[in-house]
Amino acid sequence: MIYIFMFIAAVFVNNIVLSQFLGICPFLGVSKKVNTAVGMSGAVAFVLTLATIITWLVYTFLLDPFNLGYLQTISFILVIASLVQLVEIVLKKISPALYQSLGVFLPLISTNCCILGVAILVIQKDYNLLESVVYAVSTAIGFGLALVLFAGIREQLALLRVPKGMQGMPIALLSAGLLALAFMGFSGIVKL
Amino acid sequence: MKNNKFGIILNGLITENPTFVLMLGMCPTLATTTSAVNGLGMGAATMFVLICSNLVVSLLKSLIPDNVRIPSFIVIIATFVTLLEMLMKAYVPSLYESLGLFIPLIVVNCVVLGRAESFASKNNPFDSLLDGLGIGLGFTFALTLLGMVRELLGSGKLFGLTIFPEQYGALVFILAPGAFISLAYLLAIMNKLRKQS
Amino acid sequence: MKKLQSTLVNMVLVLGIIAIVAATLLAWVNQLTAEPIRLAEVAKQQTAIKEVTPAFDAVGKIISYTDETGQNINCYPVLNQNKCVGIAVESYSNAGFNGYIQVMVGFDMNGNIVNYSVLKQAETPGLGTKMVDWFKTDKAAQSILGKNPAKGLRVSKDGGEIDAITAATISSRAFLDAVNRAYTYYQKSLDAVQTAQN
Repeated sequence: MIYIFMFIAAVFVNNIVLSQFLGICPFLGVSKKVNTAVGMSGAVAFVLTLATIITWLVYTFLLDPFNLGYLQTISFILVIASLVQLVEIVLKKISPALYQSLGVFLPLISTNCCILGVAILVIQKDYNLLESVVYAVSTAIGFGLALVLFAGIREQLALLRVPKGMQGMPIALLSAGLLALAFMGFSGIVKL
Repeated sequence: MKNNKFGIILNGLITENPTFVLMLGMCPTLATTTSAVNGLGMGAATMFVLICSNLVVSLLKSLIPDNVRIPSFIVIIATFVTLLEMLMKAYVPSLYESLGLFIPLIVVNCVVLGRAESFASKNNPFDSLLDGLGIGLGFTFALTLLGMVRELLGSGKLFGLTIFPEQYGALVFILAPGAFISLAYLLAIMNKLRKQS
Repeated sequence: MKKLQSTLVNMVLVLGIIAIVAATLLAWVNQLTAEPIRLAEVAKQQTAIKEVTPAFDAVGKIISYTDETGQNINCYPVLNQNKCVGIAVESYSNAGFNGYIQVMVGFDMNGNIVNYSVLKQAETPGLGTKMVDWFKTDKAAQSILGKNPAKGLRVSKDGGEIDAITAATISSRAFLDAVNRAYTYYQKSLDAVQTAQN
């Protein structure tokens, strides 16, 4: 039951993009088309889950026992960067089809702050491995939901006549603001 | 503009302002600007990392083979971020707490890696240092401005001083949606100003 | 200087050296700042104790408890001319909007709240963060100062007597949860202090 609450909280209430402001760069960068948004969400979900598991293990079995907590940032970012490279190589070999659809997004992911953010958050919140995985997966779904919704809005926006000064980023940000406002309506539906 | 040292700083502050022109480093821009002081603090923290990493990357640029360029840069940046984290914890604990997660996340701020890659790895150390300073100032300026707008509209205060009574403030500007909306209008104003000049 | 070629040896060597230098530097600074960080934490705690208790000239022996979830709760009795005049309790709640909050609550010898200080919180800026001074403000039924939480403090929405922060009921409940927990441990430490004094 607690996991269901965690899921709802991470997807809707504390949506990673719209209320915690992590992963804004891809949110604004690859949201012009729904198709690319779906691809990006898939890649993020994949890497986020793997990265959270690995960094959790690294922290719990390597850093914490030796009192090396201060190397957290540096080791996490290295794990994430090499993981992304690894995923890219493995994917190319075993599933060219999947690589075709996710490949272009992978290099962008190493500097996606929601990966590192979630890795640090689960350590801060003292989650155990299972909780961390649930949190990572639901965060990734929340990211995907926000990204795909936003891409849908932006596709429509492209067809509209927008005042000159507001064209491009300003109007996109404004829509993101309204989307965030809508997501605020979820606050309070679950209490952790 | 290459020879003009002042030009490098100005470039980062205005022509290539990381927030208003390049649209990089959006996460801390939106998340930490709930008040002018927080925006200023986050900007200064990022500036510190930018200057240090630009300088070191530029000094080491001929020693780093091309293929391991990015990982080396990341390690250098992460080192400075961790340094900053420890120093802030020791000497400005309250600011450290209010910025929280976003201090370690400077590592993945695209501005920092972007400048290391596109400027510091091609220019001499002194120019790189100035570039770090310029971009850092531009980032700080943008964050402080956004923080001021949000703080004033949301709670009627400016740097903690009351300008008008709090109950007339629109709370939404301090909350998440207000970040997007304020930045949207600031950008629109900047676009307008740039077209005129 | 000529750029180093991307041979395997060069790459491994350069990355290795950078990583070792980085780790050494960090280890050194970590040691260097360990003491100031600890001092800053102690200073924060001391300021909080001073803020929440009646005037005192010495802090007595710390009484530590471990609650059922394994959390540490420290009670700091404060003395004036060797007589205990109040107790500051470092309490917590996990029910905040963003989880953990830590509050220092000061009581006088009758169990009335003298003052409080929020030590750690990650509530929504502009909403839950108002707890820092909301419950000290003497307006409507906001303030908890001078109140005795013997029966437990609750927000008015739950039938209690305290006005919750506008639009932040969850944070307010969590805050009062921490205050009530503080009172429980105040009572325990009060017994300990009184037996020690007699």
